[in-house]
Amino acid sequence: MALDQIVDGLSEVSCDVLVIGGGTAGPMAALKAKLKNPKANVVLLEKANVKRSGAISMGMDGLNNAVIPGYATPEQYTKEITIANDGIVDQKAVYKYAQNCYKIIEELDSFGIRFLKNENGDYAVKKVHHIGTYVLPMPNGETVKKALYRQLRRARILISNRYMATRLLKSSDGRIAGAISVNTRTAEILVIKAKAVILCMGAAGRLGLPTSGYMFGTYENAANSGDGYAMAYHAGAALANLECYQINPLIKDYNGPACAYVAGPFGAFTANNEGSRFIECDYWSGQMMLEFYNELLSGKGPVFLQLKHLHPDTISEIESTLHKVERPTRGLFQQGRGVDYRNESIEMHISEIGFCSGHSASGVFVDDNARTTVPGLYAAGDMASVPHNYMLGAFTNGSVAGIDAMEFADNHDFAEFDAADVATERDRVLAPTRREDGIPPNQVEYKTRRLVNDYLQPPKVTRKYELGMRRLAETRQDMQEHMIARNAHELLRALEVQSIMDCADMAVHASLYREESRWGLYHWRTDFPEKDNENWFCHTLLSKQNGKMTSEKRAVEPYVVPIADDEKDLYDKQRIRATA
Amino acid sequence: MPLASYQTSVPVVVDDAKCIADKGCTVCVDVCPLDVLRISDMTNKAYMAYDECWYCMPCEADCPTGAVTVNIPYLLR
Repeated sequence: MALDQIVDGLSEVSCDVLVIGGGTAGPMAALKAKLKNPKANVVLLEKANVKRSGAISMGMDGLNNAVIPGYATPEQYTKEITIANDGIVDQKAVYKYAQNCYKIIEELDSFGIRFLKNENGDYAVKKVHHIGTYVLPMPNGETVKKALYRQLRRARILISNRYMATRLLKSSDGRIAGAISVNTRTAEILVIKAKAVILCMGAAGRLGLPTSGYMFGTYENAANSGDGYAMAYHAGAALANLECYQINPLIKDYNGPACAYVAGPFGAFTANNEGSRFIECDYWSGQMMLEFYNELLSGKGPVFLQLKHLHPDTISEIESTLHKVERPTRGLFQQGRGVDYRNESIEMHISEIGFCSGHSASGVFVDDNARTTVPGLYAAGDMASVPHNYMLGAFTNGSVAGIDAMEFADNHDFAEFDAADVATERDRVLAPTRREDGIPPNQVEYKTRRLVNDYLQPPKVTRKYELGMRRLAETRQDMQEHMIARNAHELLRALEVQSIMDCADMAVHASLYREESRWGLYHWRTDFPEKDNENWFCHTLLSKQNGKMTSEKRAVEPYVVPIADDEKDLYDKQRIRATA
Repeated sequence: MPLASYQTSVPVVVDDAKCIADKGCTVCVDVCPLDVLRISDMTNKAYMAYDECWYCMPCEADCPTGAVTVNIPYLLR
C-alpha cells in the first residue's frame, strides 16, 4: 500500500515509562529510566525518527552552559541565570542542573562525544556570558545523535518512530494514565498506557512566521510545532511565564545562529552599520535582544556579526565549525550569496517569536525533579520551564526526569482512564480526514502564523493583542469546521496547526495577564512600559481550569544563592556607554 | 471549495542514476525530520514529495550513494 494512505486502525500497548519526543532530553530520559530499572519497559515515542530528530538533528557546535570545576561554580552559574532572567527563577532547579551537568558532560564524553580540550587535556571553556565562563566548543559535535542512538539500542529501549502524540490520558483522580498517538504515515491510532509519562517535545518553534515567508524556515527544527505545550495544557498541567517569548539574533533570511557563541571567543563581535559595538555581551538575553531591536530601528542598522578583522586561519577555524555542525547548510547559504567571512560581515536579523525555555523561560512548569503539576507527568528540555537550559540542560534535566519517573512507575500501578476519552480524541484527530471539501492545513497554518507576526510580535500593544485574539478565534473556527486532510501526511500537518493555534492563544493570554514590561524585548508592553517588581516579581502560571484558559501568579521560591542589590540589574546595562 | 495545486521548486534534489531506492534503500525517507521524502511509484527513486524542508541535511549526509543534494529553498536563498 502507498505511504500516506489513510488506514482505519486502533491498537493499544502498555509500558512502565513513556517518553514522548526523541530529540535531546527524550533519549537521555529514556536511557536513565531504563538504567534505573532494567526490568521495566520504557517506550520512546517520536514523531520523526530518533536517529535524526529534534534540535540537534545534525549535532551541536558547543555547550553554552557548561559548569566545569575550575572555570565556574554552580553558585556563580545560578546567579548569572537568575540575573539574565530578570530574577524570575526558582533557583533550586537551576542550581541542581549546575551541580549535575559536569557529570553529564563526562558521561557524554564516555559515549564518544568529543569536546574541545587544551594541550593539557582539560576542557577548553570560553567566555560569552556577562559574568562567568561556560561555553565549551564541540568541533566534532556532529556525532551527538549517533552516539546517543547507540546507547538507546544497547539499553534495549523500545523505539516507536513516526507516531505523533496528540493528547494525554488521565484517571478520574487526575493521575497520568498514558497517551494517545497517531501514525504519521497511516493515520492509525495507537493508545499507550503508562504509569509515568515524560514530555520532551521541544520548543514551540513554528509559532511566528519567518520574514522569508518560507513556513519551514524557522529557527527551531520545524518539526517542533509546540505539540508538547498543547498536550500539557489540555491535560491540565500549568505552563510558566509563556509571555517570556523566545526571540533570537540570527543570520538574516537563513534563520540559523550567526553564531556569536562560536565566533565571539575568537574575537568576533556584534556590530552596527558603522562597524561599532553596541552591546556589552553577546549572550542571548531579552535585554540584549531589546538593544538589537533598537539598533535595527535606529537607522544605525543593519546589524552584523563582524569577523573580517580576524586572522584568516582563525576565520577558517570558525568557518569549519559553523559549516559542519548544527546547521551545516549555513555554508551553502553564504556561498550562494557570495559571502566570504574574510571580507564581509554576516548580516543578522531577529527571529520570529516562539516558546522555548532552552533560550528564555517559557515552558511547562516543572520543579527541580522535572515534575509537572499533574501527578506522574514530567517534562524536560526546551519545553520545560527551567530557564536558559540549552542542550546540556535538556540532557541533564532529561536525566533527572527519567530517574524520578521510573521511581514513580515503580511505586504506582496503571491508572484507569475512561474509554470515552479515546473515542472523543479519535474523532477530533480524524475529523479533517472525514471532510469532502475544505481548507488545506498549509493555508490555515500560514494565516495563523501571519496573524501571530502582525499582532503578537513585541512591542506588545494591548489593542493589537485584542484584535489578534479576535482574528485568531475566527481562524480557529475555520480550522475546526473546515480544515481538510486528504492523506496521513496532511493529517500530521493538520494536527500540528492545532498545536500552533493553541500556542498562539496561550501567548495572547499570558502576555495580556502580566501588566508590566520584563525580560527586555521578550515581554515589552507599551501600555505598561516599566518593570513593576512590587506587583509582578512572580511567575505566571497558565492552565486550563473548568475548560477555560486561566492565569495566576506564583511566588518566586526563596533564592538558594543570594543576589546582591548592585548585581540585580547587570543584564539591564547591555548598551555600550558612549563615555568611559 | 475546489483545491488547486501550487507550483514550487523543491530544495532537495535526487540524482536518479545514483539513487538505489529501487533496490530497497529508504535511508533518506527514514531519517527526514519533516517526513517530506518519498519513493516514486513510477521511477522507484526517492524524491521530495512535500515542500516543507528545514534544509537540515540528514538526507544528504546519510545517503549511502551520495545521490541526495540539499539546496537552500528559493524563498530564502
